Amino acid sequence: MRYLPSSDAIRAEMLAAIGAASTDDLFSHIPEYCRLQRPLNIPSGRSEAEIFAYFRQAAADNAPGFTSFLGAGAYHHFRPTVIDTLVSRGEWLTAYTPYQPEISQGTLQAIFEFQTMICQLTGMEVANASMYDGSTAMAEAALMALRVSGRRGIAVARSVHPQYREVLATYLRQRDCPVAEIPYAAEGPLDAAALRAAIGAETAAVIVQSPNFFGSLEDWRQAAELAHAAGALLIAVIAEPVSLGLLAPPEPADIVAMEAQGLGIPVGFGGPYAGVIACREQFVRAMPGRLAGQAWDDEGRRGYVLTLSTREQHIRREKATSNICTNQALCALMASIFMSLYGKQGLRELAEQNVAKAAYAAAACARAGAEVLFPGPRFHEFVVRGADPAVAQAQLSGEKVIGGLPLERYYPELGAAVLVCATETASKAAIDQLAAAYAPASPRPGSPSTKKAARRRSSAEAAGARR
Amino acid sequence: MSFFAMPENESTPTPRAARHPTQNEPLLFERSAPGKRGAQLPPLDVPAADLAKLGGAVRAEIADFPELSELEIVRHYTRLSTWNYGVDTGIYPLGSCTMKYNARINERVAAMEGLGDGHPLQPAELSQGALRLMRLLSEYLLEITGMDAITLQPAAGAHGEMTGILLARALLASRGNARRAILIPDSAHGTNPATAAIAGYEVRNLRSNAEGTVDVADLDRVMTEDVAALMLTNPNTLGVFEEDIHKIAELVHARGGLLYMDGANMNALVGRARPGDFGVDVMHLNLHKTFSTPHGGGGPGSGPVAVKKELEPFLPVPVIVPGAGGDLALDYDRPHSIGRVKAFYGNFGMFVRALAYIMANGCDGLKQTTEDAVLNANYMRHHLRDVYDLPYPTPSMHECVFSDKRQTAHGVRTGDIAKRLIDYGFHPYTVSFPLIVHGAMMIEPTESAPREELDEFIAAMRAIAREVESDPELVRSAPHSTRVGRMDEVRAARQPILRWKPAGR
Amino acid sequence: MASYPSQYRYTKEHEWISAEGGRGTVGITDYAQQQLGDVVYVEMPKTGAEVKSAQAFGTVESVKAVSEIFSPVSGTVEEVNPDLTAAPELINQDPHRRGWLVKVQLANPAELDSLMSAAEYEQFIAAQRHD
Repeated sequence: MRYLPSSDAIRAEMLAAIGAASTDDLFSHIPEYCRLQRPLNIPSGRSEAEIFAYFRQAAADNAPGFTSFLGAGAYHHFRPTVIDTLVSRGEWLTAYTPYQPEISQGTLQAIFEFQTMICQLTGMEVANASMYDGSTAMAEAALMALRVSGRRGIAVARSVHPQYREVLATYLRQRDCPVAEIPYAAEGPLDAAALRAAIGAETAAVIVQSPNFFGSLEDWRQAAELAHAAGALLIAVIAEPVSLGLLAPPEPADIVAMEAQGLGIPVGFGGPYAGVIACREQFVRAMPGRLAGQAWDDEGRRGYVLTLSTREQHIRREKATSNICTNQALCALMASIFMSLYGKQGLRELAEQNVAKAAYAAAACARAGAEVLFPGPRFHEFVVRGADPAVAQAQLSGEKVIGGLPLERYYPELGAAVLVCATETASKAAIDQLAAAYAPASPRPGSPSTKKAARRRSSAEAAGARR
Repeated sequence: MSFFAMPENESTPTPRAARHPTQNEPLLFERSAPGKRGAQLPPLDVPAADLAKLGGAVRAEIADFPELSELEIVRHYTRLSTWNYGVDTGIYPLGSCTMKYNARINERVAAMEGLGDGHPLQPAELSQGALRLMRLLSEYLLEITGMDAITLQPAAGAHGEMTGILLARALLASRGNARRAILIPDSAHGTNPATAAIAGYEVRNLRSNAEGTVDVADLDRVMTEDVAALMLTNPNTLGVFEEDIHKIAELVHARGGLLYMDGANMNALVGRARPGDFGVDVMHLNLHKTFSTPHGGGGPGSGPVAVKKELEPFLPVPVIVPGAGGDLALDYDRPHSIGRVKAFYGNFGMFVRALAYIMANGCDGLKQTTEDAVLNANYMRHHLRDVYDLPYPTPSMHECVFSDKRQTAHGVRTGDIAKRLIDYGFHPYTVSFPLIVHGAMMIEPTESAPREELDEFIAAMRAIAREVESDPELVRSAPHSTRVGRMDEVRAARQPILRWKPAGR
Repeated sequence: MASYPSQYRYTKEHEWISAEGGRGTVGITDYAQQQLGDVVYVEMPKTGAEVKSAQAFGTVESVKAVSEIFSPVSGTVEEVNPDLTAAPELINQDPHRRGWLVKVQLANPAELDSLMSAAEYEQFIAAQRHD
């Protein structure tokens, strides 16, 4: 076995040295009936060539080389080469949690820099070293809000990522915590009047995502005012961090739950990603997850340590702020490298390109006769209803394009609508193919007034595309 | 404080050259200068964005965000990396963390086009390779654990624990009573009680006996009808197999509870014993421990949860099922499911790596791996037990736990010995855990330790034991060879500085 | 080693109380601060909070440990030591005076009688040290 640094001769010597007659001796204290008496039913060890062959086939059975218009919490962005060059270094890849700061200063300083950049992006005062992903960060942010407020209810916008809301439900089910769902308005953002009506003296937090699941922008200030008027906290959810290169940060919020995947972490079938919780300084002791902090040694040399650890499970056990143990250090490192490469100017230009691609794509779909829903301001995603999604996808598959996400499972009321995401990775040519595929096969059924409204929206979008 | 204000040795004529630049890498922000950039976008092939359409939602520039060239960023992260220690650097005997070799082919296959860039929501017909791969990994993990069904969704071990306890809760609730408490041995990882609490359970502690294992008499007393589950790590955190496991399982089952196994220590069992064969109902695996997915400085992990048949209906959605025409499909229609614990399907990239690891080892290699891990730990134990106190003489499996009892007489504690190991070129063992051993030194060499390195580590530990007697201050003030000395963690916690800010702000 | 003021009363959880005229000042003992090490943070109740004898009302934290503080008596918190937020080290430096935690309006002064005297407490910790 090529990974094992022993040989049978060495093993025999070691066994003799410790006074064991055989390897079986080492396992003799395991009761007989617990011992597996046969080989595992797994093929014998394989060579690198065979392993490559297996995974090459697995990759080929997916959709290699396709242009994808899927977003919904997992975003295709170009990943600069040096991200993988750097994170492949064994000192990053094969190190563990920096429990021993003297030989972990690299990881610790990188986390400190990550925390700083997340604060700069989000406008929050503190950020943790990362959580599993955006969905669990949001659920943990809700638990955090319940702790600091002493209240018991949560209000969450229906325009928050449906899978994030499912995770929230799982985390809250065994608690006595009513969850109110706030509907979205026709323009795209949440229905402010409904929010005002739904929150009260028992609401610990209001959870709002922007850009929301439909790609529309929410008004952070208004959401915060409504939440704060009821004495509740505002939890801002950011599923696409690239948006913060251009869009106003969620400064009015109290807690930010973010997914950092868009910052150079591979889409990779959904993980591993990196969630983050950032918040106002006053809540730092209620925050879950690891924190790196600045410190000095006795000669005054600056360094970094994991700090405020008494919040965590290994010290406070059942009274900890969370059961989380790991962070997503390597993914956070990718995000740090991505953020530093793009930098102040580049991240903004990247965000602007994403807005431009989506605006063009929405206009192209409208021009093709499809109905573009939610006309308010948006980032790089939009909802479109035209040809049957399965029919459109069948056509697009032939062109090596993956179209939008059918929304019916998550939002039955939207019928055959799909969620399209156009990032900088989508070429104009691919966007045109997409638009053609979603052109309605025949005039859409519906009342004349709906048609007129749709046409009005469509022509507005088309005007945008011509400019 | 600005880095360049660091106190310098005045007697050195060229103080900044006194150290190699890799010892002197400031923060990104301190290297930053306006106008630099490290990435370039292709020209836009569609009309530029009309920012007026975004209304008032456009931000001002991101204050103090880095501005650096690609070269400087490469040097920055390369220099920082040299301050770390990894499995690639040398043996990493951090107990309970299973710091084994991370084969590079695993990284290569995980990054393949079609896998590394696949979207989790792409149509099932365009995801068959990914689904088959997850299915195959699931089958292998079930064969290894002897369990009946599995979810790969949890993102890490602690997340797997939560999923597992929620599954237990759902099963018990379906029988009419979710019960109130979880039993946890005093030797358990801190995640266990924290998990029980997050899953809505009260935590009840279970005492260990003189052998460091579960005290069955105490279990008999506390395993009441309101206990939902016993969370057991086996082998436990002392590296000791619970020899009474059948009695434990019987007792828990007889009172209507479930046996949860924390699989953190599966590296001691793979190919030799299967939890499914000794009464475990639900367990998690740590792919980043037993199955070699890289720890990456603290994550990502992956924590699949394997269960017995009766818990299968409650698994998180979606579940991979046979679809039309030999294809696989995702089933979301699972009325008894506990729901999702994470967006998408889990840390897919870790599934790829773990599967590649299992394939490279095969049945023989997996078993040999277990045997080598256990042999290495026992070799270590054998050669250190005359100089360090071994509080539990019970046979060790993949790790052994000493205490600093003999060294405390000289005012030296486990943490000091750990720091001194750094001077000898090793990453320390796990300090002060498990909690049932005062001054614990928990050593897990794993199978990835050549005998020569084991011998060197043993020699270092023995040399330190001598230093403790001859020059305890040398050990107490270690490390002496690192870029920075011991950090003032008290000051860091009293006045936390958790982010960089420009001077004067 | 600091001496244990003879006019104070002590608990088995290592808190002290100095009571006068229906009010008591509460802190943790020198022994407790030594066991805990450098205190980095103190979490205390708000003014006006009700505390109960032998029930936790706050925590004291060092870098790697958290300890609950149990109230020696029942009553209402009248004052919280404002200096500890910025200088938790006062608990290490002067546990029996400047490191006080809260002042409590006693609900039942008779509870004081069940607490240990300084001499009893010193015997108690001497026994603990031998464990």
